[in-house]
Amino acid sequence: MNDLVWIFVSALLVNNFTLSYFLGLCPFLGVTARLETAFRLGLANIFVMLITAACAYALNTWVLPYAPYLRLISFIIVIASTVQFVEMAMKKLSPTLFKALGIFLPLITTNCAILGLALFQTNKGYGFWEGMIYALGAGGGVTLALALLAGVREETRLLNIPKLIEGTAFNLIIAGIISMAFMGFAGLFSS
Amino acid sequence: MSEKETDKKAQEFLKGLWKENPVFVAVLGMCPALAVTNSAINSLAMGLATTFVLVCSSILVSSLRKVIPKQVRITAYVIIIATFVTVVDFALAAFTPSIQKELGAFVALIVVNCLILGRQEAFASKNGVVLSIFDAAGMSLGFTFALLCIGVIREVIGSGSLFDFPLFGAGYEPWVVMILPPGGFFALGFLLFGFNWYAGRKRKKELVKA
Repeated sequence: MNDLVWIFVSALLVNNFTLSYFLGLCPFLGVTARLETAFRLGLANIFVMLITAACAYALNTWVLPYAPYLRLISFIIVIASTVQFVEMAMKKLSPTLFKALGIFLPLITTNCAILGLALFQTNKGYGFWEGMIYALGAGGGVTLALALLAGVREETRLLNIPKLIEGTAFNLIIAGIISMAFMGFAGLFSS
Repeated sequence: MSEKETDKKAQEFLKGLWKENPVFVAVLGMCPALAVTNSAINSLAMGLATTFVLVCSSILVSSLRKVIPKQVRITAYVIIIATFVTVVDFALAAFTPSIQKELGAFVALIVVNCLILGRQEAFASKNGVVLSIFDAAGMSLGFTFALLCIGVIREVIGSGSLFDFPLFGAGYEPWVVMILPPGGFFALGFLLFGFNWYAGRKRKKELVKA
């Protein structure tokens, strides 16, 4: 039990996917102009990550021991097609959920954060439940990072920012400061 | 080869290096650009690995461009790219295990580098093999150059060395934050700032001239 909590908090805060592994930066810089959009993108991320963790577990147990060189290709294809399949099912079964998350799903299916999750999970040798908790923590971490950056960006919209530093350069420096704040979590566990 | 043709090839090659530099201008391929650039040697390894993958997959995509059906082209590109990344990953593990360990999963993550898929979709799928090679080589060298810029800045400030040679002597107190994650954001942020400044000044000069 303790192990699961550790995995969750570690993925959520200490080894935050966006702020300390730099995964999923494209949406992090692209879609964080508004808080609400950023939050929904984060939720979609959690959703896809849970599917990914399950797929990666299945592939690691049944397929990849026999053909290790297929790791990357099979991860990408299986994850992308499963997400597409779930997207179709969701459209049919729950249009409200689809409306909230649907447009983001194709955007993030082969995002580096998603593939990164599958690879890290494999490297760490997680079982099914550990993988699911890891995915939940990582997705939560991405959501947190997106929401934080979007919040700051909303606040700075009315500021008089020098023309030279406007845009990506400015966002990167904000992200750097947020990332520095997250370094404080590094001492959370002594092990 | 006529002069005009050579000129076009040179143009495709040079645009990736500076004018359409993938990291500084187009802001593509950010994940590896920040994640593995904590030392110059890692940046160089990552840049060369990306170069190999981009050039090889451009050759294959441009030579198969008439065979691949339009509807499944993205999937086909991804499979081609993933194949070459697997080759690089295994080759690095065999020849330079220490670098492969440092880069870790980020070698595998070259697959999802949007720069590579972007070049296939925007260039290799529409142009011949030779032009595509020039385009891919220019783009990936521009990428390597950008990675090296970030890597050199972070290593010099963060550990006081360059390619593992100490630069400043024992009296230098390294600014450790630069080799940690926030340093990546800061280094790229300030580089982009400098790039904007340079581009803006150049534009102003042209305006004055005109």
